[in-house]
Amino acid sequence: MPQLNPLDWAPQLIWLLVTFGVLYLLMVWIALPRIGSVIETRAAHIAADLAAAERLRRETEEAIAAYEQALAEAKQKAHAIVEEGRVKLKAETDAERAKLDAQLAAKGEEAEARIEKAKVAAMKDVNAVASDVAADIVKKLIGTAPAKAEVDKAVSAARKA
Amino acid sequence: MIGAAYAEEAGHGGGHGGGGTGLPDPMHQFEIKRLIELDVFGFDASFTNSALFMVIAAALITLFTVFAMRKGSLVPGRLQSVAEMSYEFVAGMVRDNVGTEGMKYFPFIFTLFMFVLALNMLGMVPYSFTVTSHIIVTFALAAFIFIAVTIIGFWKHGIKFLKFFVPSGVPFVMLPLLVVIEVISYLTRPVSLSVRLFANMMAGHTMLKVFGSFVVALGLLGGWAALAFMVAFTGLELLVAFLQAYVFAILTCIYLNDALHMH
Repeated sequence: MPQLNPLDWAPQLIWLLVTFGVLYLLMVWIALPRIGSVIETRAAHIAADLAAAERLRRETEEAIAAYEQALAEAKQKAHAIVEEGRVKLKAETDAERAKLDAQLAAKGEEAEARIEKAKVAAMKDVNAVASDVAADIVKKLIGTAPAKAEVDKAVSAARKA
Repeated sequence: MIGAAYAEEAGHGGGHGGGGTGLPDPMHQFEIKRLIELDVFGFDASFTNSALFMVIAAALITLFTVFAMRKGSLVPGRLQSVAEMSYEFVAGMVRDNVGTEGMKYFPFIFTLFMFVLALNMLGMVPYSFTVTSHIIVTFALAAFIFIAVTIIGFWKHGIKFLKFFVPSGVPFVMLPLLVVIEVISYLTRPVSLSVRLFANMMAGHTMLKVFGSFVVALGLLGGWAALAFMVAFTGLELLVAFLQAYVFAILTCIYLNDALHMH
């Protein structure tokens, strides 16, 4: 077994020490800091990007919330305007109607008064006509015209009965 | 290795014949070859084939991590994704097994995992050399981890770290026995850690070599069966190469966690 020849050990150990030592120093001084810094830069970049994305997402959510609030406010406002208009319109309508009602009632009363007056006048005429008719009938029956006062008295008495 | 097996047969022939069977020696691939003889302060520091592949592994890892991240794009390309995935993979392993205070040791675990993985994977390339198939290499790594972790344990908890060897909630009479068992199990950690990696790599590559030589030996008639097995076994070996690097790294994490959190 060539591995067990002690004469070959010294050169192997010396060169192991040299190569491993140099490699270690090269790794520590050059290679590892470079790889480490690249990985760290990337991690930092990714973290920053994620933070930016998170910030943008939050901003978007805020914008959406603001928009929704504005929308709700606008809706409320529109509702209020509609309600106000409706109330105002109702009041106007009510006032108009009341005025119209009053006018109609006044006209009705006036008409009623006129009717009453006409009725009274008509009644008076009826009495006169009845008296005339009665006087005529009596004259035809008995040949003499009765006194006008008596006829009126008799007609009123008859009408009352 | 398929290629290595063919090269063996074609090039060296029976030069490394194993015991007169006519088949190439499957252990030949583990031999250390001195490419450049070097002597530093009396130590044999020769640049060997093992050293060559350690250098290739370190260079590949450095080139890969630097080249893949050259743009450092926010949206990674294919190569950058792989670099980042290996970073995240090891970082996740350390975080899950050691916790956030273990991240201090992340560069070491990352280097360890990538180095062992690269060495294991390079070993799968035909004609290459598998550095981790040498016990001395894996044991050196394991011993370093063991000593470092023990020092961290004592540095973090002081003498109280010895409580780690005293299991809680056991009868007093059982304690001496259990403490001995705990200490032994702790001391064998570097052995089990290093042998697991070394044995897996060596066994796998020996198997590949043996079956590779069967392909040649059985020729056009019977070689296909051995070749089919080798194809499947190469897939398994790729899995093992990754898995052993992962196991090595995760056990290091677990030992580190023991030292930092004492359980």
